[in-house]
Amino acid sequence: MSPSSDSPHRAPGGYIGAALPRPGAKRLLQGRGRYTDDIVLPRMLHAAFLRSPYAHARLLALRIEAALALPGVRRVLTGADFEGICAPWTGTLGHFAGMKSSPQRPLATGKVVWAGQPVAMVLAESRAEAEDALEAIEAEFEELDPVVDPEAALAQGAALIDEALGDNLIFRTRIESGSPDSAFAGAETVEAEFRFGRHTAVTLEPRTILADYDPGEERLTVHQSTQTPYQFQDLYARHFGLAESRVRVVAPDVGGSFGMKLHLYHEDMAVVGASLLTGRPVKFAADRIESFLSDIHARDHRVRARLAVAPDGTLRGIEVEDLTGVGPFSAYPRTSAVEGNQVVRLIGAPYRIADYRADLRVVAQTKTQMSQYRAVGHPIACAVTERLVDLAAERVGLDPFEIRRRNYVTQDMYPHTTASGYRFERLSLETCLEQLHALMDYPALRAEQAALRARGVHRGIGLATYVEITNPSPAFYGVGGAHIAAQDGCVLKLTPSGEVQCLISVTEQGQGTEAIMGQIVAEGLGIRREAVRVITGDTDVTPSGGATWACRGAGIGGETALQASRKLRRRVLEIAGAILQAAPDALALRDGQILGPEGTARMSLGDLATLVAFRSDLLPPGIAPDLTVAHHHAPRGYPFAFSNGIHGSLVEVDAETGLVRILRHWVVEDCGRIINPLLVDEQIRGGVVQGLGAAFFEECRYDERGQLLNGSLADYLVPMACEMPDIVIRHVETPTRDSDLGAKGVGEAGTAAASGAALNAVNDALRPFGAALAQLPMTPERILRALGTV
Amino acid sequence: MTEPLPIRLTVNGAPVRRFVEPRLSLADFLRQDLGLTGTHLGCEMGACGACLVRLDGRAVHACLTLAVQADGGTVETVEGLTEAGTLADLQAAFHARNALQCGYCTPGMLVAAQDYLAQDGAPSREAIRDALSGNYCRCTGYEAIVDAIAEVARARRAGRQA
Ligand code: FES
Ligand code: FES
Repeated sequence: MSPSSDSPHRAPGGYIGAALPRPGAKRLLQGRGRYTDDIVLPRMLHAAFLRSPYAHARLLALRIEAALALPGVRRVLTGADFEGICAPWTGTLGHFAGMKSSPQRPLATGKVVWAGQPVAMVLAESRAEAEDALEAIEAEFEELDPVVDPEAALAQGAALIDEALGDNLIFRTRIESGSPDSAFAGAETVEAEFRFGRHTAVTLEPRTILADYDPGEERLTVHQSTQTPYQFQDLYARHFGLAESRVRVVAPDVGGSFGMKLHLYHEDMAVVGASLLTGRPVKFAADRIESFLSDIHARDHRVRARLAVAPDGTLRGIEVEDLTGVGPFSAYPRTSAVEGNQVVRLIGAPYRIADYRADLRVVAQTKTQMSQYRAVGHPIACAVTERLVDLAAERVGLDPFEIRRRNYVTQDMYPHTTASGYRFERLSLETCLEQLHALMDYPALRAEQAALRARGVHRGIGLATYVEITNPSPAFYGVGGAHIAAQDGCVLKLTPSGEVQCLISVTEQGQGTEAIMGQIVAEGLGIRREAVRVITGDTDVTPSGGATWACRGAGIGGETALQASRKLRRRVLEIAGAILQAAPDALALRDGQILGPEGTARMSLGDLATLVAFRSDLLPPGIAPDLTVAHHHAPRGYPFAFSNGIHGSLVEVDAETGLVRILRHWVVEDCGRIINPLLVDEQIRGGVVQGLGAAFFEECRYDERGQLLNGSLADYLVPMACEMPDIVIRHVETPTRDSDLGAKGVGEAGTAAASGAALNAVNDALRPFGAALAQLPMTPERILRALGTV
Repeated sequence: MTEPLPIRLTVNGAPVRRFVEPRLSLADFLRQDLGLTGTHLGCEMGACGACLVRLDGRAVHACLTLAVQADGGTVETVEGLTEAGTLADLQAAFHARNALQCGYCTPGMLVAAQDYLAQDGAPSREAIRDALSGNYCRCTGYEAIVDAIAEVARARRAGRQA
């Protein structure tokens, strides 16, 4: 398959929309990446954590003397060591009314609330010595009843994770709009009870942090594998009582994050605290089992939902109840309620459904914390909606394409507000649907399916429409009181030789942030791409901003870079006009040359920059020699820019074994203006594979005592090359008018709908057996259960 | 038991002598003792392939190999293979096709691809997908990696026939 062609909206000769390879990738291909664990500092100590073996227990005693006596061991820290130096943190947001959660501390004190919670920390000269010492710590626990099942967590008499909270229900919200009761009265109804397993990010590079406190300067430098350095700068400053200007967080190369590396983890605070306590650099790199036990898990929903449908296939109303288990407390600083909140707000979103009722309950349990991971809430909302739509189609005898076509929000309805209050500027649902139909060669596929069925081969075709939340405004976190920026900043410096340094707050985890910022700046300014160097991920160097999450990098960061480049161009032309005695408006900058009104090159940007830097005496009076500009941008207008699209999935189910072969996957997506189609395609494909992982393989399995059963890469299945299909992608471009750039996010588009499409495809394959499935992942055993063979 | 033992080996063409604890993995030895951080650790149990290096000409998991097992042997890591130019066409194809995102799996992918192409010069896409079943990539959709390897296989074949 060849990489897709350039964006149709690309300006001739411009860089925005060009399928260029990433400059930074060459370094990584040579093994010259620098990830946090690659950084070694003088006098560095290594941390290892003693973790609770129980899901729920009282911590009675910790005896550390024997550990302290071992070779290489410098300190053994327990919860008490952090008292007074680290203010506890609580994962609630002001705009989630009634939300409650327990305060967190670096190491457990008094009680442990999940199997894997750190209770003690060894600091030694090497990781191996630190691990040796863990075995010498004596920990005494009194085991308590675990709280594993989310329904049981709410039952009368359930063990309480935090007595002070009164119960295990940490958040509840209800949405009611239109008149759902009358929508359902007398209508045909389809319904299902869904289960979505827990899974986790499994970034190939585990979480890693290296904190270095310099008591002489009272300066803290933290190297951290994270996507949000400014957020961590704020957290470390506030919780450790340090001056913000003396806290520096650097995110070097980051080996994947997917939302997992933006939550605050106990180990982060313990490592920073340990560096403060010892005055030495302290490093912690999670190993894979620690990642499984302590990285956030995702999803874990039970959803009951029903949809009312008229005989002509008109969708009338939806009712839904979502129960989600988030672990012992709500993650900080974004809260674990956002996932469920997005589920109940995104259900039904692409359709003309005004009658809607949703009830969300978020409960605590003694399992690893659950919080935001790629496409927060989207895959759940998408799978529930799209499965119900397929059931409705079956009920009234319509084709899955046709029922969607009849019920989508249409072009004459924009701007459109959904039943849950989301406002869409403009989507391209029908166009995407038509394109997918053609791309899949749908009639031929159906014919082939029928022919194969006659021979006992069971293929299924599934569709799933998605609407993706991108470019979030301050309404997302800021209004809830979290210090999470919706704005981004960009500083452009013209160097004395006429090249450009671009310092920008959005960060790089391999998705190509630096590459696309370089393209935007080069085009915005009118210089060669190679003359732009982009620098990200260092709070001492780059301006502050939201960084990378919720698909905001291209849309918000990109607009920031575009406006900054225009500012710098104006500045350059102002100076050039003064030198050349021309009106700045009559000049242009192209390919690094300043062009006069007649279009001929008058002077190179390099000559101008050199003159300004070294011969400012030649500048006319009143012209300042400043060639550095800063620009910040925050979204105004719509609270979010919504991307949209549709997936198609083709699978083959072996009814004897329950094994599924994923034969093909198609995506038609619309993320507005495309900056680099090569990178967009690979973002989508990576996202699809994570969504297919959730559909067929990935699940964090627990026993009834709350023990994680599959905490290794041998037991927890991640999709591999041989199980994945070729993924065909097409683009529709509906730029947002809220920015000049017009870009919306695309990072979650693959994950948002892949599992929903796969669910519909498997159910389509199972239809001749009268069997159906509403649980992810769709393991062979569950498929055989649905078929009634086991 | 944990007293260091002397080892002598060749790493990326240069002779190396060190004392190492018997429990030290080859991966940790390369990373920590020699500063060859191109070799990555994703699982430390032979499942993810991020740590693949060549030992005496064959791809091995550096996480499952002890440094003392490499005594007397020849090790090549992504750094050495890059300098020798062995991976140049694969690296160029990966770059052109954007067959990497975060780059963490990439050194292991390259070593695996090199090893595999030495065995099967004319692989199908399915065969390439199969051959990569010991290498996890969490960022890409694998497709670009398959494309890049298929491209190199074609070009190498053409080069041999020319
Ligand atoms: S680290 Fe060696 S195979 Fe994963
Ligand atoms: S590029 Fe990130 S794991 Fe492969």
